[in-house]
Amino acid sequence: MRVLLAFLVLLAALPLRAEEVIVGLSQNRVSLTVNFEGSEILIFGAVRRELALPEDSALDVIVAIEGPPQQATIWRKARRAGIWVNTEGQELRAAPSFYAVATTGPLSEILSVDADLTHRISTRLAIFEARSGVDRTDPAAFTEALIRIRESEGLYQQREGTVDLQRDTLFSTRLTLPKTIVEGSYAARIFLVRDGDVIDEFETFIDVRKAVLERWLTNLAYDQPFLYGLLALFLAVFFGWGASALFRLLRS
Amino acid sequence: MQIYLPIAETSVNAFTLLGVGGGVGVLSGMFGVGGGFLITPLLFFIGVPPAVAVATGVNQVVASSISGVLAHLKRKTVDIRMGTVLLIGGLIGSLIGIWFFNLMSRLGQIDLIVQLSYVIFLGIIGGLMLQESLRALMRSKNPNAVRRKLHTHIWVHNLPMKMKFRTSGLYISVFPPLLVGVGVGILAAIMGVGGGFVLVPAMIYLLGMPTKVVIGTSLFQVTFVAAFTTMMHAITNQSVDVMLAIFLILGGVIGAQVGTRIGVKLRAEQLRILLALLVLAVCGKIAFDLLWTPSELYSITVAGRF
Repeated sequence: MRVLLAFLVLLAALPLRAEEVIVGLSQNRVSLTVNFEGSEILIFGAVRRELALPEDSALDVIVAIEGPPQQATIWRKARRAGIWVNTEGQELRAAPSFYAVATTGPLSEILSVDADLTHRISTRLAIFEARSGVDRTDPAAFTEALIRIRESEGLYQQREGTVDLQRDTLFSTRLTLPKTIVEGSYAARIFLVRDGDVIDEFETFIDVRKAVLERWLTNLAYDQPFLYGLLALFLAVFFGWGASALFRLLRS
Repeated sequence: MQIYLPIAETSVNAFTLLGVGGGVGVLSGMFGVGGGFLITPLLFFIGVPPAVAVATGVNQVVASSISGVLAHLKRKTVDIRMGTVLLIGGLIGSLIGIWFFNLMSRLGQIDLIVQLSYVIFLGIIGGLMLQESLRALMRSKNPNAVRRKLHTHIWVHNLPMKMKFRTSGLYISVFPPLLVGVGVGILAAIMGVGGGFVLVPAMIYLLGMPTKVVIGTSLFQVTFVAAFTTMMHAITNQSVDVMLAIFLILGGVIGAQVGTRIGVKLRAEQLRILLALLVLAVCGKIAFDLLWTPSELYSITVAGRF
């Protein structure tokens, strides 16, 4: 009896897992070295299928990469006494430092609103506004400004139609991490979508780390600020005095 | 070649940085100015966050003034006593400046404060320098013009707590030098400059110090105040970027050597006019950014970043 029940449950679950996504990344470590100029990541994969390909609906793939969240304040300038001054600020509880969405087609057409809300896929849903201080008439303007500014810096990317899906099985896309990305764990989520619903999801991580020297300097600056200050002074004295001593030596 | 700055968390072109350091170094060698007041705004223009630009600029001041102060100490052209009084004022001023800097950072107004300070000070200094050098140019053409008297006693010298400054040959109250020091310390912390451009005129015109000890004594004060301010920025807001500093310093020391060489060969008055115009141009650019309607009204500050 129990075996039969287990089999029935498995059978019921089977249509959900009828198509399964298998993913690979060109790299899962990004090192912020001295000459870091940004990085391109290739995300590729295949759809594993145990049943026949459904013919009545289209398959779509969505790739979302999300950088570590940050608390942020968005400021709006207004003219005061002739000069432009930050007059209003809106705090955000958390906004991803990096967010890129690549899809096989227009996001609003391939994904239902419900599925978007459940899985928080579109950029707008990845940002959490603070509940306090929303006596403002247009709180949304601040979040929109954040998205607009970060899009212009390449930190937020909405790349519809850039996932290449071949014969409903193989897919690939390239995403660029700009030079201003911060350290941390970047979640890469890949969704298979049919009829507006997510039918399978895969999550993996890309580790973005400062390289050895940069890591050491940052740790020193934050953990041992006194020693770091002394290091800065030592370098200044060493180079400032050393160089002029060297030039004096060269001249004589 | 791009260089990743670990504290600013962005990359900038290494040659741009060497160029900024070197160009300002040439000017400082030619005119004997520290150049902090040009480095910091130039760093804003190439996209270094203002907080990092200020803290790293002040670190660079240490490098550009250390060899000068050592040379002056050797030649005994430093009024140590006056320098110490100015320095005590400078440390107090630096603490006030750091406190104000961090307060304004939290309120999201630090960029504005730094830019406004630059507009005001570069405007005043550039204007005075232009006026002075034009006058000097006229004077050199007309040698019979009356020269101004340098040392005059004014009321501030007669405040209480008089002190003898033997090297400068002065017997004045400690308050004027102390207050001058405080003012320079505040500027160092907020603007990332040494403050020589304020200190030198104040020492000559306000304190009435003899010219031969002015440069050495001001370098003495500036070096220590800049060192202290670097420490305070490093400890309170972690905004000193060592990687950025190294490139600025390397460019700066080489540039200064070149500048000294050029300065000997060219005519000083005309160069001074050029420097004044350059200072006014930087001032004008920052003022323009404050007055002109920005293309993006919104900006982002992230907790724990610059």
